[in-house]
Amino acid sequence: MILIPAFNEEGAIGEVIHEVHQVMPHVPVLVVDDASRDDTVGRAKSAGSDVLRLPHHLGLGGCVQAGYKLAYELGYDYVIRVDGDGQHDPKYIPALLDVLQKSGAHMVIGSRFYQNNGEHTSAVRHIGIWVFRFVLRPILGKTVHDPTSGFVGVNREALQVFTGSFPLEYPEIEALVVLQRKRFRFEEVPVRMRKRKAGRSSITAIKSLYYIIHVLLGVFVNILKFEGRRRKK
Amino acid sequence: MDRLLNVMTVLSLLLMAAVLFSVRRSHIRVEYSVSWIGAAFILLLLSLAPGPLKWLASQLGLTDPPLALLILVLCVFLVVIYRLSVVISDLKDANIAMAQRLAIVEFELQNVNEKQ
Repeated sequence: MILIPAFNEEGAIGEVIHEVHQVMPHVPVLVVDDASRDDTVGRAKSAGSDVLRLPHHLGLGGCVQAGYKLAYELGYDYVIRVDGDGQHDPKYIPALLDVLQKSGAHMVIGSRFYQNNGEHTSAVRHIGIWVFRFVLRPILGKTVHDPTSGFVGVNREALQVFTGSFPLEYPEIEALVVLQRKRFRFEEVPVRMRKRKAGRSSITAIKSLYYIIHVLLGVFVNILKFEGRRRKK
Repeated sequence: MDRLLNVMTVLSLLLMAAVLFSVRRSHIRVEYSVSWIGAAFILLLLSLAPGPLKWLASQLGLTDPPLALLILVLCVFLVVIYRLSVVISDLKDANIAMAQRLAIVEFELQNVNEKQ
């Protein structure tokens, strides 16, 4: 299944779904609408996608987890997540799926910086990514070149874990630590990202700083969590 | 010292009155009013009978008993706020799980209706 979390993406969602259908014509596409205020749902349905509509805004983590829960309940073995703003080029989906199926990894990350594929990003983001790489290296036991990438694929075992435990805000990095607690493996696949097709990014300089602090705290809290000692399900 | 204790007495009574009023109006559930009423009651007792405050100040090495009162107030409210943070986190988790379940059930119901 191809999972597309979306919030106010009416300008891009239709084209993203068409591109996905062209690349993966027989694979079901599920848009998880995080209570958009625009016509994201209508555009997604017109483009031929199933739509899971959340009753109110949950944020990216809650939105993605809802899609994972449905995919798990429907019995899917692999789920590839593609953002609804068009930054993730669907032509890389087969490569992600191929590695996911053949390598035995539980998660595959579409990486802008793996194998030095010439991708450039802003200085602030580059510093953030460098910090996360530095922090995650000893935790994960290997370097993750693009820890902030949301272009990821997961297998059924990872799906099962994520249905029970998935970070709610800025989930990409913390999700890696959640999987590491289970001794799950991940692989990276080189991809190139595009500019978003429509809308504006909500990330500002202050939000970037909050993001770094929040994620670092989340990573350390996740390290401290042990399944046997968890209070809640 | 006396003026501060008088202010604390008034504030404690006001806090108790506000909480009781909110409970009566159903703005606060009874189980969550207990922390606030408990906190206000402790502060009221200490403001009316400052003996334990003087003892606490001497134990903490403070020359000024009002400082002990301020530290105590801070600790009491930190405990209340921490407890409320736990409650809010539980509620948020439950809310997210329920919203996701509702969306999935609606999705499945829609699929069933379309097949019929």
